[in-house]
Amino acid sequence: MDVEAAKMIGAGIATLALAGVGIGLGNIFGSFLSGALRNPSAAPKVFGNLLLGFALTEALGIFALLIAILLLFVV
Amino acid sequence: MAGPLEQFKITPYAEMEVAGVDASFTNSSLWMVIVVTSLTVFLVGGMRKSALVPGRWQAMVEMAYEFVANMVKENVGREGKQYFPFIFTLFMFVLGGNLAGMLPYSFTITSHIIVTLALALVVFAGVTLLGFMKHGAGFLKLFVPSGVPVPLYLLIVPVEVLSYFTRPISLSVRLFANMMAGHIMLKVFAGFVVSLGAAGILGAGAAVLPFAFNIFLVGLELLVAFLQAYVFAILSCIYLHDALHPAH
Repeated sequence: MDVEAAKMIGAGIATLALAGVGIGLGNIFGSFLSGALRNPSAAPKVFGNLLLGFALTEALGIFALLIAILLLFVV
Repeated sequence: MAGPLEQFKITPYAEMEVAGVDASFTNSSLWMVIVVTSLTVFLVGGMRKSALVPGRWQAMVEMAYEFVANMVKENVGREGKQYFPFIFTLFMFVLGGNLAGMLPYSFTITSHIIVTLALALVVFAGVTLLGFMKHGAGFLKLFVPSGVPVPLYLLIVPVEVLSYFTRPISLSVRLFANMMAGHIMLKVFAGFVVSLGAAGILGAGAAVLPFAFNIFLVGLELLVAFLQAYVFAILSCIYLHDALHPAH
């Protein structure tokens, strides 16, 4: 196979990581909502943790983007 | 039209070389100077006429101080107080760099891995040295979690050591990749607006969509700029906590 084509396919495959990130982000916000609806008075206390979890999970998706960019432009 | 990656280009303003190392004053250096200067003006200026009842400016400075002070207190504990200046400097510098990158025509210093890796390595080296200075060889207990059956050590200890040494990489890549990806996204959508707008009256009408989305993205990027500075500082706090209390 042509190396150029293989790079493009690799970059495309790297986007599959978004599936995992989607599950993770859905879990975080879903859990937060169900917890917050059960006990609304405790919700503001964990909002910081929610944002932290969001940022940490989102970063994983961006790692995948980084790999795609590295494949396309650097390798 | 400039490509979306053009914004990360480093252009030297004054060529310099120190002991064979390229130490030119670049646009990155210029923006670091701008960030540090404006942070100093913000903090010193706000507290110059410190009043018991703070004015608007002083309240902003105090909010920044209290935000980081609480973060250090909650994540490191009482003995973390003496490391507060370091965490505060780290947080304000990263936040300043991220926010300065949101200005049009500016340069995002934190979108380059060399900058974030240097910051992360300072944290990593400092925390490791601190752990050994405080606990000596007892710091190595960090790699041996308590309550684990002895035969499992063979598996756990290498994993713990590996995860310890990947900390500076994950810390720096998280920040740099977030900033880079966000700014690429902004420029890609800005590119859609320009190329649609050039495609006649129908295209100009459709260009409203990516333009509106770009405004939403700017808001998102402001959130990310703050969040990533917060994550960087809070992870440094957690690493500091590990160094001060290695037996977990």
